[in-house]
Amino acid sequence: MSPAPIFSAFRQALGEAWAGGAGALLPLGFFAGAAVLVPLGIGTDPATLRAVGPGILWVALALSSLVTLERIFQADTEDGALDLWLQTGAPASAIAGAKTFAHWLAAGLPLALISPLLALMFQAEASADLLRNAALYGLGGLAFYFWGGVGAALSATVRRGGLLISLIALPLYVPTAIFGALAMTDAPGSDSAPLFLAASTLFALAVAPFAMAAALRLAAD
Amino acid sequence: MFSWFANPLRFMRLSNWLAPVCYVLAALLIGWGLWQGLWIVPKDEYQGGDIMRVMFVHVPAAWLAMASYMAMAAMSFVWFIWRHEVADIAAKSIAPLGAVWTAICLATGSIWGKPTWGTWWQWDDARMMSVLFMFFLFLGYMALRASMDTRQKAARAGAILAMVGAINVPLIKFSVEMFTSLHQNASVMTADGPKMAAVYLWPLLASALGHTFLFAGLVQTLMRAEIWDRRTAKANAKLMAEG
Repeated sequence: MSPAPIFSAFRQALGEAWAGGAGALLPLGFFAGAAVLVPLGIGTDPATLRAVGPGILWVALALSSLVTLERIFQADTEDGALDLWLQTGAPASAIAGAKTFAHWLAAGLPLALISPLLALMFQAEASADLLRNAALYGLGGLAFYFWGGVGAALSATVRRGGLLISLIALPLYVPTAIFGALAMTDAPGSDSAPLFLAASTLFALAVAPFAMAAALRLAAD
Repeated sequence: MFSWFANPLRFMRLSNWLAPVCYVLAALLIGWGLWQGLWIVPKDEYQGGDIMRVMFVHVPAAWLAMASYMAMAAMSFVWFIWRHEVADIAAKSIAPLGAVWTAICLATGSIWGKPTWGTWWQWDDARMMSVLFMFFLFLGYMALRASMDTRQKAARAGAILAMVGAINVPLIKFSVEMFTSLHQNASVMTADGPKMAAVYLWPLLASALGHTFLFAGLVQTLMRAEIWDRRTAKANAKLMAEG
């Protein structure tokens, strides 16, 4: 078996994410838009915004992963690319993992990179902590994209699958959201929370590709 | 062993008498447990006075919420590995019932929580959150099955999701336990044996066992309905084919 199909799946997912005009700017726009709505909804008191800011960004990150994942496998089932991937003999889990990882690179990582800017808008102090938080958003986002990818693969043949992905992925997002939000507070346990976040992300990376592979074989039937 | 149960004919013969037996046992046990719980046992002021009597519904519902998800995941696993149709019918039938008992657990917990803790809902309580996410897992499972266009696809997609959910349950539970909890600690099952006074323990156990029998009976009835449904569809198709 040659790894060529895995690389080509990776390249195809990156290309798809960049194609269509706005490229990575589109998820960024959604992420920033969702976050910017919050002060309009809850008021502009700086102390309140500072308290809820990190959590709002976690929620916006989870939402934007759900919104962008809807088409990741659906397009491949419609144009037959999925059948070709599965016939190459390369492990379906590796192909699904490569596609999801590429998707995170194009749509998830930019959100983490812009998070310090949004944190400043939420009245956070400018410090090195913002960069540490950006790394945590990147790490947690990876888990969001992989669990969301399971939902996307399961609903690849379903019309209006986006709503279904949200319902399926919501319970799977819980540990990441909890550990991630906890890591950005001073609450007891916040010291170890980044390690738990990393562990739950590794767990997602280990388990989700196999679930996606099983779901994709179902979608190709 | 699984293969012995996998035969729908054998299942129909078995459930034909087992389901009514379950219902009778459930009525007796729940009836005795409720009579004891509502009228006989003394109220516990520390747990909120008379409102603690909701325990005889709340605790069995919580037990069934957990057990039914695990049963659904186990049935999905059996179907995924051995493709025994009865296992898939069982998983499909457990889902709505499990969701109902999970909802009962949440509702009675809320009703008990208001007078004792002063709040309907406590976000930083680990067990309330776990049960809530269990409820969402059930809903996602049913929604996914309903959106698949064939029975076989629904079974496969449902089995994958149920297994993914089941291996995530310990992680979800661990993560929500990182919050502090004001929920009473587990008091029926501890390493030193039950901590609860016997006067409460026996009606509670009877009620839990009764709910389990009721659940088992309802699952069998739903499974029988599903099997009849499939037989009818098959007979209809045959009639149509023969013109």
